[in-house]
Amino acid sequence: MKHLLSTRDLSAASALRLLDVAEEMSAVGEREIKKLPALRGRTVVNLFFEDSTRTRISFEAAAKRLSADVINFVAKGSSVSKGESLKDTAQTLEAMSADAVVIRHPASGAPARLAASDWIDAAVINAGDGTHEHPTQALLDAFTLRRHWARIGGNASPGTTLAGMKVLIVGDVLHSRVARSNVWLLTTLGAEVLLAGPPTLMPVGVGAWPCTVFYDLDVAIAQRPDAVMMLRLQAERMNAAFFPSTREYSRRWGFDDGRLALLDIMGLDDTVIMHPGPMNRGLEISAAAADSPRSTILAQVRNGVSVRMAALYLLLSGDTHDDDQHDDEPQDDAQRDEPDDNEPHEPLHPLPIPEGRTR
Amino acid sequence: MTMPAPGSGITKRVVLAAADMDRALTRIAHEILEANKGSADLILLGIPRRGFPLAQRLARKIAAVDDAVDPDLITGQLDVTMYRDDLRRNPTRSPQATQLPPSGIDDKVVVLVDDVLYSGRTIRAALDALADLGRPRIVRLAVLVDRGHRELPIRADHVGKNLPTSSRERVRVHLGEVDGLEGVAADEVVIEDRT
Repeated sequence: MKHLLSTRDLSAASALRLLDVAEEMSAVGEREIKKLPALRGRTVVNLFFEDSTRTRISFEAAAKRLSADVINFVAKGSSVSKGESLKDTAQTLEAMSADAVVIRHPASGAPARLAASDWIDAAVINAGDGTHEHPTQALLDAFTLRRHWARIGGNASPGTTLAGMKVLIVGDVLHSRVARSNVWLLTTLGAEVLLAGPPTLMPVGVGAWPCTVFYDLDVAIAQRPDAVMMLRLQAERMNAAFFPSTREYSRRWGFDDGRLALLDIMGLDDTVIMHPGPMNRGLEISAAAADSPRSTILAQVRNGVSVRMAALYLLLSGDTHDDDQHDDEPQDDAQRDEPDDNEPHEPLHPLPIPEGRTR
Repeated sequence: MTMPAPGSGITKRVVLAAADMDRALTRIAHEILEANKGSADLILLGIPRRGFPLAQRLARKIAAVDDAVDPDLITGQLDVTMYRDDLRRNPTRSPQATQLPPSGIDDKVVVLVDDVLYSGRTIRAALDALADLGRPRIVRLAVLVDRGHRELPIRADHVGKNLPTSSRERVRVHLGEVDGLEGVAADEVVIEDRT
């Protein structure tokens, strides 16, 4: 694994390995000395072309816990045309000998462009690109779900898959890279994914995704999901009238107190409520739901650091630089990952370009 | 006992059979108790993967001598992956779990347990890992096999068997807990040599 660009091209074995490593990383967070020397002397650049608090802080904490040096590069407000500025920035980072670039960009595919180019030699981690993917968020969601699933099943978390789990993702799927990354990753890990949201906020071609789509939240909840993931209503991406009013959205698509009570009435005692944050309390999720014992929202934030530590460790350790002098020394406990898969993937069905993004 | 493995240019030589290994571990267990003047404050930390089952075996042998010892309460596992100095030079290794006994390691006598002592780099990493977890009073080292070729100023306090080897050879320790196939007792130490 050289880059982490999407969950769609992540194999089940690679995903499970990353989650298992994250499990060991989370133990470090409970120690008195929360630091490992594994990435000493390596440089991780946080390259954020879009606003973010928790993802950037989470990546920064993860890199620092692995003893890497962190450079925060907030490239907001650049007026140069996108392709050129990305190239110039990348070449600057290359000159500063960055080992990994964590990139968030408003344009879908920007991290893949960076990874496929010869502008920079560093490992590229996608921290959210346009409406395409946000792989580390999906990985931390999967990590949280897996811990929950292993706990109910009475198993140890490492090695467990999500087979048999039913996950309902609700809300603005159209603009959500979190939803896309989760659909691919959770199905790869064996879970069944259900989507629910207003038809105006479902992407074109959603029928070809490996999931069932519902246009009524209560019908979807009647499928007895093991987890309900509420998506943030992305007001900053709302350039068209997708629904009549926020009150109507909240009534039909919000996880309110009534639906929280419904889970109890249905006897779904083990169903958890997730949210990638930041939350619009009272809009897509009620305060009671967000603060209920079912909520995994703070656990998700905590697990984010462990998952990002695992991603940085797996991308930056090992002889990624063509150095085959050790090939004759196979280690019994260290086998090679599957061959690097850096080719840009042709989507099976084109990702929809949201309105307002094209012009 | 030299026998070429079928279909390969590798000769295998068994240097410790199951009974030899058991005797060596019994002796190490007694040496640990002797050096420590009893079992007080004793903690055995095995280095994955094969150090941990060896630490468990040693703890059971110590418990057989000293009734006051609960073998589960004095054994733990210490993962050193993240502290290695060769992370960039080898394929990525997955870290294993670190599990300390409930009493912790502060002010204890920690005996690190590993299967083979070779360059000494694993033990250097283990000492660094230990320092991040607490401050033991004394740290000792017990290994099943010392094959020489040290690259660092490290030596073992308790050695099952000293094996003079050529660096071309490989020393393989097989343990029932890790390598055991069904119905096969796998305990043995083998030297492999490419011919």
